[in-house]
Amino acid sequence: MTDIALFLKDVDKFYGPIDYGVHAVKKLSMEVRKGEIIALLGSSGCGKTSTLRMIAGFEAVSRGKISLNGREIQTFPPVRRNVAMAFEGYSLYPPLTVRENIAFALKASKLSQSAVDEKVANIAKLLEIEDILGRYPSSISGGQQQRASLGRALIRDASLHLLDEPMGQLEPQLRAVLRGRIKHYIKERGLTAILVTHDQTEANALADRIAVMEGGVLQQFDTPQRIKERPANLFTGTFVGEPPMNVFEASVTASESRLAFGLKDGIRLEYAASDFSHTVRGALTKRQRVVLGVRPYAVKRSADGVTGRVAVNQWLGDQTHIAADFAGGTLVLVEHDRTNLEVGQPIGIRLEPASLHVFDGESGMAISHGEELA
Amino acid sequence: MEAMSPLERVLRGIALTLVVVFFMFPIVWILLMSFQTNETILRIPPSVVFTPTLDNYAALITGKLQTAAGTLDIAFMRNLGNSVFLSVVSVAVALLLGVPAAYAFARHKFKGSEDIAFTLLSFRFAPPLLVLLPLTQYFQWLGLSNTYFGLIWVYQLICLPLILWIVRGYFEDISADVEYAYRIAGHSWFATFRKIALPLAGPGIAAAGLLAFIFAWNNFVFALVLASADKQPVTVGALAFVTASGIQYGQIAAAIVLSITPTLALALYAQRYLVEGLSLGAVKG
Ligand SMILES: Nc1ncnc2c1ncn2[C@@H]1O[C@H](COP(=O)(O)OP(=O)(O)OP(=O)(O)O)[C@@H](O)[C@H]1O
Ligand SMILES: [Mg+2]
Repeated sequence: MTDIALFLKDVDKFYGPIDYGVHAVKKLSMEVRKGEIIALLGSSGCGKTSTLRMIAGFEAVSRGKISLNGREIQTFPPVRRNVAMAFEGYSLYPPLTVRENIAFALKASKLSQSAVDEKVANIAKLLEIEDILGRYPSSISGGQQQRASLGRALIRDASLHLLDEPMGQLEPQLRAVLRGRIKHYIKERGLTAILVTHDQTEANALADRIAVMEGGVLQQFDTPQRIKERPANLFTGTFVGEPPMNVFEASVTASESRLAFGLKDGIRLEYAASDFSHTVRGALTKRQRVVLGVRPYAVKRSADGVTGRVAVNQWLGDQTHIAADFAGGTLVLVEHDRTNLEVGQPIGIRLEPASLHVFDGESGMAISHGEELA
Repeated sequence: MEAMSPLERVLRGIALTLVVVFFMFPIVWILLMSFQTNETILRIPPSVVFTPTLDNYAALITGKLQTAAGTLDIAFMRNLGNSVFLSVVSVAVALLLGVPAAYAFARHKFKGSEDIAFTLLSFRFAPPLLVLLPLTQYFQWLGLSNTYFGLIWVYQLICLPLILWIVRGYFEDISADVEYAYRIAGHSWFATFRKIALPLAGPGIAAAGLLAFIFAWNNFVFALVLASADKQPVTVGALAFVTASGIQYGQIAAAIVLSITPTLALALYAQRYLVEGLSLGAVKG
């Protein structure tokens, strides 16, 4: 257990009276290992900031436990938690320069002045804010404030670094550059970090594991690859991945040798029973209604497939996004070459059994991914 | 600033002059009166041409009031001293109690906190005369009537709510995250209050303090009822100028000039500080 840095056990957050106020975080449990970078991903208002603030000690935990490096900290004041945080709203201290703002995070560490100067210079170089170190927060741009605030958090030697949307204000190019540097910086020092982000590319690039949250509930907590390949439920499946996963309601019919999904508009996807393992078949045939999911990259065109009709055909410079009217909805597929499909033109669509994600029609929980049971 | 046409500039100048004359006239007139004798003041028609005299000031400072019926002893300088002492100490006490309370009300919402804050404010709604009667009784029992301690206590009814409510607003305007950022960097709650919250609310605290000082300075009725001559401030002391043989306008004017000087000086000083405090950071960049 010693490699566990942060441990949350059944943490609830209510704003207002317990059980009656706004239930922002619901029974959240998770473990973060030392040296890990975790990305918290989720839509606006899903409880990401609330979670960070409880860990930092700015919001009381309504129920549950938080421990950091083996100590239960949920009742500690922030000063005793040894956590660093970059705030969503930057929160720089107005009467201090950027340099002083970054340096004051080190005051409590009792380093010599020259050591502090060196650290500040390092972090400023990393974040490309060397030229504004002498300026005051009110006279620099939002993106610069954000980097100053990030610097103030990263410079510390804390047990845990909480970064709340640390790069949201930056242009994509700079973000991409900083992403790499920050990851290197964190890994080099063996720091542990939780990063809140809306940017999936950022989550994939930076994080060892991603925690997907929605409505205050942790939906899935796994590596980027497994989240993509084996989404735990319909929400994660559709939330993670660009463009989003295609989903269609379907009914399942099975015989000895065949397995078929009936979609809207009379479309039937027919497969040989042997395309699915015995257990998957068993699980699928138990359900009346399911939701079929397939990633845009996995959709193939083939002349003998089921029919869809092209609605949009966009060449994005390096790939083509085709949207087709299909089974009462829209099916998006991505191809790497330029195509000369006309709008309205029928196309044959083939959904490989290995690329199908099947979710329960009621609970939304994943039943199977390809031929494997979820 | 937008460019203005010459006509606009002239109109603007005239408007500004009118406003200044309107507000400054009484003060200037009193200043002029304070250098005149009663006879020149009461001359008809009034004139701004006169030979200035310092007699009024001399009378106030020596405490010998010359009236038609002879010399009268007044304690003006002592009253002035009382005013300064009472106002300064009351504001200091109110700041000491009010600023931490304002911070608590701004940062910690708990059940009933709004009610408590409002109750404190409501002290300002009560007509002073209504409070005074029971207060006089209590003060007599407690031995507090005619003591500085008792007066300062009663002055808290004036100063404390004012400071509490103004300063609380300033604290609420400071983003709590700025404080959190400081606390998480390893500073205690109290250090954060001192190093972050207090300096950032500085201009607000100065404004509230100044306002409280002016209210305390101008208070009349509490001191009139609860203190005897040697503890009374100028507002009450000025009653002495209404004598059996007439009203000493010149001395009243001089007394007014002397008694508004501290407040005026303080206001001018604080104004500079306020402007400085508010534009800090924006200018330095
Ligand atoms: N101080 C508060 N009082 C009451 N409700 C709050 C408070 N702070 C947050 N909430 C509510 O709690 C829920 C979660 O908010 P939170 O700030 O954690 O979301 P978030 O995931 O960080 O969103 P975003 O991505 O927009 O930053 C929201 O419904 C929000 O309205
Ligand atoms: Mg947030």
